[in-house]
Amino acid sequence: MKSSVITFPGSNCDRDMDVALKKFGFNNKMVWHDDEELPKSDLVVLPGGFSYGDYLRCGSMASKSKIMQSVINFAKSGGLVMGICNGFQILVETGLLPGALLRNKYLEFICKNVFVKLDNNKNPYFKNIDKEVLEFHIAHNEGNYFCTPEQLKEIEDNNQVAIYYCSDSGQINEKHNPNGSIKNIAGILNKKKNVLGMMPHPERMIDKCLSGEDGSIFFKNLINNLK
Amino acid sequence: MKVSAVITLKKDVLDPQGKVIQQALNGMGFKNIDEVRQGKYFEIDVQENDPKKANEIIEEICKKLLANLVIENYKIIETQ
Repeated sequence: MKSSVITFPGSNCDRDMDVALKKFGFNNKMVWHDDEELPKSDLVVLPGGFSYGDYLRCGSMASKSKIMQSVINFAKSGGLVMGICNGFQILVETGLLPGALLRNKYLEFICKNVFVKLDNNKNPYFKNIDKEVLEFHIAHNEGNYFCTPEQLKEIEDNNQVAIYYCSDSGQINEKHNPNGSIKNIAGILNKKKNVLGMMPHPERMIDKCLSGEDGSIFFKNLINNLK
Repeated sequence: MKVSAVITLKKDVLDPQGKVIQQALNGMGFKNIDEVRQGKYFEIDVQENDPKKANEIIEEICKKLLANLVIENYKIIETQ
């Protein structure tokens, strides 16, 4: 399985993602934002970080960079594109995913482990994971998912919510909403379910000694789903 | 020609920064401040002498980059 991780100026989770993808069997290539052509890929990842210093709005400048036209075309042709954290912000700025990510409700940068509940098991990213709740890591200042009531209805009607913030036992409530996201939404898919954006970082949960292993479950499952 | 644009958050979008500024103002003794909404202001020098054409260019810029129309409104406020 071939994957590509795009590096923007200011990306800082690109190498973590490279390590994670390779650990679980992907043949990964790093792609510079100023390149125009995407290498042949089964999966394209927009990593976390602070692309272009988060100038203007998080992800806005990166969404206009040269490589993104190829990424958008790849996504529109059905290719798998996954955006983590800043990558999620970039995806909403391109319009591939609906909504926007606002400043966290309580104005703090949040860096901690969270639990997420899987909602949609019919997409290529999460299908076949037998656990309902996974523990991932979040680190962001603008992760407060927002969309209009019309967009929310469309997202829910089409089963586009991938994961919700929840308690360790899977309860979705305000107490376990770290950043003020509408309905505790932590990650969403596009209508065709080939584009995923999520704030949590699975690539930070791939080593039992360092953090946890729920990211390993995610990546192992992902590569199996793609085979 | 110089054109300015103001980007503001839409009415229903939470603005925690504006809220904190409002609370700080209340704390400083400005008790008559009910709400503050924070936005962005841009001064753009455009190579165009026709005000109508300049406005059209800035409008396109606002739609394509400066504002995210899911959460923000834009207003072109002056043309010099």
